[in-house]
Amino acid sequence: MRIRPTRDDLGNAEGDMTPMIDMTFQLIAFFMVIINFSEAEVSEAVQLPASQLAQPPEIPPEHLLTLQLTADGNIILGGQSMTMEQIGGALSRERQLFQLSNTSLAEVTVVVRADRRAKTGVVQELISKCQDTGFERYALRAEQATAD
Amino acid sequence: MRPRNQDIGPEKIDLQMTPMIDIVFQLLIFFIMTFKIVAQEGDFSIKMPQKPSAGPPNPNQLPPIQVRLSSDANGNLTSIQVGQRSLGRDFGALRAEILGIIGNERGPGSIAENTEVELDCDYNLNYEYVIDAITHVSGYTQDGKVFKMLEKIKFARQRPPA
Repeated sequence: MRIRPTRDDLGNAEGDMTPMIDMTFQLIAFFMVIINFSEAEVSEAVQLPASQLAQPPEIPPEHLLTLQLTADGNIILGGQSMTMEQIGGALSRERQLFQLSNTSLAEVTVVVRADRRAKTGVVQELISKCQDTGFERYALRAEQATAD
Repeated sequence: MRPRNQDIGPEKIDLQMTPMIDIVFQLLIFFIMTFKIVAQEGDFSIKMPQKPSAGPPNPNQLPPIQVRLSSDANGNLTSIQVGQRSLGRDFGALRAEILGIIGNERGPGSIAENTEVELDCDYNLNYEYVIDAITHVSGYTQDGKVFKMLEKIKFARQRPPA
């Protein structure tokens, strides 16, 4: 004998949304916890040198300017790649922005994220350009290495 | 009037696992694709104003220790020199030399506090050797503890390209 589905059986086909909603909320909670709100500029083109003593500062500097230097001598500032000749103008613009926000350049830390294969002379040239603009504090960034 | 479904027992609730499994798999694939171990980063602070500070000079300030790093045309380190003393390519010897100069005393008024290191590097030298040198003059780790040595570090005048 053929059994036909009853009205009640058809009613049970409605999907239960509870587990999906549970998972969605868990997902949202997870992303809220792990999301990194820091405005760290990190370029994949730069491989930092490693150092055992490179430790994140206990009190991060309030005013930062991050300059990244690739192995071939290109400088990345605010996501834009430029040459050593162009960086002077860009640094002047940054100086104006800091001055507009009433920030003294002596309070600004210039973070130098230079590639491990970059030439030291080029790093010094970059620091020299920053000195010409009026910046005083520098932080040479390195990747934390494990102890030997 | 008698309710129609009074004699029907409690309904069996079928849990729909499909959407949850869909999302779990999507989540898993997302994490597998985006998983990346990011090493922590740290800074070495150097203060290099263009003009010396306007205030009176520190009377206890000692002359800087000159550390010379030479390289070949490819940027490989060829020698380390502290003052006139050559240390080969051994950064451990550099640390020992600095420790010999500053001694074990630390804190306010100590030699370590009033001594500065001036790094004089060849233009072509790979930057990783500079960080190595800074690491070896600024401290060391022992049993997971960090022991600081010198904190004042600056660069000498830039050398011309070879």
